[in-house]
Amino acid sequence: MGATRLEPATMLAELQESKPDRVTIVVLSGDFDRVMAAFIIATGAAAMGMQVTMFFTFWGLNVIRREGATSGAKDWLRRMFGWLNKGGTGRLPLSRFHFGGLGTNLMKRVMRQNRMPDIAELRETARDLGVRFIACTTTMGMMGVTKDTLIEGVDQLAGVSTYLAEARQGSVNLFI
Amino acid sequence: MIQSDVKLDTLGYFCPMPIIMTSKKIKELTLGQVLEVVSDDEGIKKDMPAWCQTTGHEMVGLEEESENAKRIYKAFVKKTK
Repeated sequence: MGATRLEPATMLAELQESKPDRVTIVVLSGDFDRVMAAFIIATGAAAMGMQVTMFFTFWGLNVIRREGATSGAKDWLRRMFGWLNKGGTGRLPLSRFHFGGLGTNLMKRVMRQNRMPDIAELRETARDLGVRFIACTTTMGMMGVTKDTLIEGVDQLAGVSTYLAEARQGSVNLFI
Repeated sequence: MIQSDVKLDTLGYFCPMPIIMTSKKIKELTLGQVLEVVSDDEGIKKDMPAWCQTTGHEMVGLEEESENAKRIYKAFVKKTK
């Protein structure tokens, strides 16, 4: 048999080359701090050469809605809900010490002083690094979020099967 | 002293910015060149070797300096792919 011997190290390197580590992050929360953590992990992983997909559902949808977007739905119930739950990264509350916006604004000021990027910038960086954004259609329907009120660059509208198909190949799957 | 070809200033930036800036900058280098990443975020001591291990670039070394009671870290990364 003329089998050629392969170095395990090179084989592994080739395998990693063809199949990069996959990371999936479900962003259910619309809290400022949690979303921040999600984007830091996403951008960090992308910078390390991993393939990252973020699924936005429930309150997490607010992250990929246009700033100040209300509902584009036709019925009054969803419209009212959309009016109470406006979109955009600028409106996300801290999970603790929000204090009607005061605490969150103070946190943003401290972050600026520390030259930390805000969520909109992190979202932009994530897109630059090739992180894929997927919006969950079920919760979009429930919450009256229409496609035209989402930001540019949402790669797909999809459901749980798409998530699971990605997640089963993922070595890091997070739910935030 | 480790010699470097290109210098990247990330002073004042916290995680994950130094790593993201590094991953963008390394693309501008040619094979074999050494990138010097200057940072004051202590996390870089662990993060840069981890980044190198994952991306396959070579971690040449790390220097630590004190400047006006502030710690400065210089990470040297050789572009290998």
